[in-house]
Amino acid sequence: MRGIFSKRRMTLLVLVALVAVLPLVFPSGYYYRVAALVWISALAAVGLNILMGYAGQVSLGHAGFFGVGAYAVAIGPARLGLASWICILLGAAASGGIAWLVGRPILRLKGHYLAIGTLGFGVLIALVLTSEAKWTGGPDGTSVARLAVANMRISGPTAWYWISGFVLVFGAWLALNLEDSPAGRALRALHDSEIAAALGGIDVARHKLWAFVLAAVYASIAGSELALFDGFITPDTAGFLHSIELVAMVVLGGMGSVLGSVVGAALLTTLPQLLTVFVEYEQALLGLIIMLAMIFLRLGIVPGVQRMLARSAS
Amino acid sequence: MTKPFRGVMLLTIAVACMALAMAVSNALAQDIKIGASLSVTGPASFLGAPEDKTLHLYVDKINAEGGVLGKKLQLVIYDDGGDPNKARTFATRLVEEDKVVVVVGGTTTGATLAMAPIFEDAQIPFVSLAGAVEIIDPVRKYVFKTPHTDRMACEKIFEDLKARGLTKIGMISGTDAFGKSMHEQCLKVVGNYGITVLADESYGAQDSDMTPQLTNIKNAAGLQAVVNPGFGQGPAIVTRNYKQLGITVPLYESHGVASKSYIDLAGPAAEAVRLPAAALLVADQLPDGDPQKPVVVAYKRAYEKATGQPVSTFGGHAYDGLFIVIEAIRRAGTADPKRIRDEIERTTGFIGTGGIVNMSPSDHLGLNLSAFRMLEIKNGDWTMVTATH
Repeated sequence: MRGIFSKRRMTLLVLVALVAVLPLVFPSGYYYRVAALVWISALAAVGLNILMGYAGQVSLGHAGFFGVGAYAVAIGPARLGLASWICILLGAAASGGIAWLVGRPILRLKGHYLAIGTLGFGVLIALVLTSEAKWTGGPDGTSVARLAVANMRISGPTAWYWISGFVLVFGAWLALNLEDSPAGRALRALHDSEIAAALGGIDVARHKLWAFVLAAVYASIAGSELALFDGFITPDTAGFLHSIELVAMVVLGGMGSVLGSVVGAALLTTLPQLLTVFVEYEQALLGLIIMLAMIFLRLGIVPGVQRMLARSAS
Repeated sequence: MTKPFRGVMLLTIAVACMALAMAVSNALAQDIKIGASLSVTGPASFLGAPEDKTLHLYVDKINAEGGVLGKKLQLVIYDDGGDPNKARTFATRLVEEDKVVVVVGGTTTGATLAMAPIFEDAQIPFVSLAGAVEIIDPVRKYVFKTPHTDRMACEKIFEDLKARGLTKIGMISGTDAFGKSMHEQCLKVVGNYGITVLADESYGAQDSDMTPQLTNIKNAAGLQAVVNPGFGQGPAIVTRNYKQLGITVPLYESHGVASKSYIDLAGPAAEAVRLPAAALLVADQLPDGDPQKPVVVAYKRAYEKATGQPVSTFGGHAYDGLFIVIEAIRRAGTADPKRIRDEIERTTGFIGTGGIVNMSPSDHLGLNLSAFRMLEIKNGDWTMVTATH
């Protein structure tokens, strides 16, 4: 596994190849848009996977951080006259800071209590974004200034396809490196058993907290990307349903697998587009496909298929 | 075959079905394509579902009668579930994949504002079915809308207050999108009518008791009337609490509660409450000479017969949008999007369910205050207020 074709390199290779080759088969800008949305959601999912897949902690309020990133690039340029790219960084810093502050008490909770704690946090952020209408534009949302670099306005699906693709590859590379680092191993150890990990000399609280902060930063950057890409944002982005969608991406694709998070994001983003031909049966079919995937590939799609391949090879 | 493989096979079959269905839909490309992204499901489905049904009902009807310009209409409707991000993706899809020539709807303000830039860039005319005034103010070249704005509802209420000689009011508003937007618009125009707001309270959309806020309003010295911009169940609770507290000055609700369920929820407390609403709500009570009467009665009958559900003003917005577009296509004599846009802007004297529409380059709504009727609830039913004194 340590050779050229280690799991880490293979995952990155597959991702880079996908991002580079997909445009060759895209007939129109619509495909670029859907693919860009996949890369953006995938970035948030890869981040959440660090918390859920590596460290084994649930967050049902993760869209809150997504919302912080999104509103940072909406409010910063419009109200404070800051450049959009600075606001991406400020949003990420703010998300990381908030995660650090709320993570300390919240991560002491376990199981269902942790889930409820994070859920409450996510709802709070959505509530603030909805009611502070003077700053956020309220429930109807607010428009977002376009990203400009050296006086060039960056907009349109093609440009954002490449930006989001690049950011995703970079984010995946970081997450993969983390997986194989001492910190990553510590996270997986506390995933299996917190007591055993603590006995092994791992600072459980600190590692959990950093996983939470890292996941928040990923979500925040994804949120900034989406807001700049769409040019318009509403508090729904930070809402509970979006949090659930992010968790579903990680679980469906396969917890602990970076490629799995990307596959999960791809499925949940493209399926609603593909299933529109079934009109009123769309929602039922979406549910059916997710159910079938979870019944037959219990570990999630990517680890499930990997195990199947390994089994048929032996 | 192992179990996991069966799952993969099912997925493959599903994908193959989709490809087939897409091929079939592409074969019908000769028709005039009308697109829509509506919130058929999700929290805004009470708006989106009647819009969806109305569009299907009338497009089928028009096609059965021979179509428009000798061509069949083809409707492409997507369900955005009220999510602006999804709506924008569907807007891109309508433009680039389906190549529609005109779009009717956008159910929510958020979805409409997210989609508008796509249609502006693609130069496809877009008739929104959402409420907020921001959609048409400032005017966007390709964006139109059919529902009255909340600002007009405020003006209609204030007009009626002024006619009754009531100038000192209290306001209690919902904090949801609808209540917030209308509250803001009311405060903008209240000065034009010489009316002052003595007390300004708000409540959350899920609150179940508004007695404290109403007590504050009740205690305002010289109070002559109360206005309640709100939506859903909130106003019904306000109305009940209002009677419980024994407040006797007139209560005004918004067009947001213009449905039978408000009267049912508020019960006898709703007696004598006034609100502005579209003519559709009192279709059968309109005087015979009213130009809107034939249109609203026909729509009400057709909708209730086809769906078995009571008519709502929201479906009426879709009716208006569809027919403004169809008449524009007929006048243009072609399905060229730019020509359709020009003709939509030239719409004059169009009689819809929402009112009589006269558009212009500076007015992409084309309704005036006469589109609203002031209603009063009497004996548990709507009645039209004829003399405003």
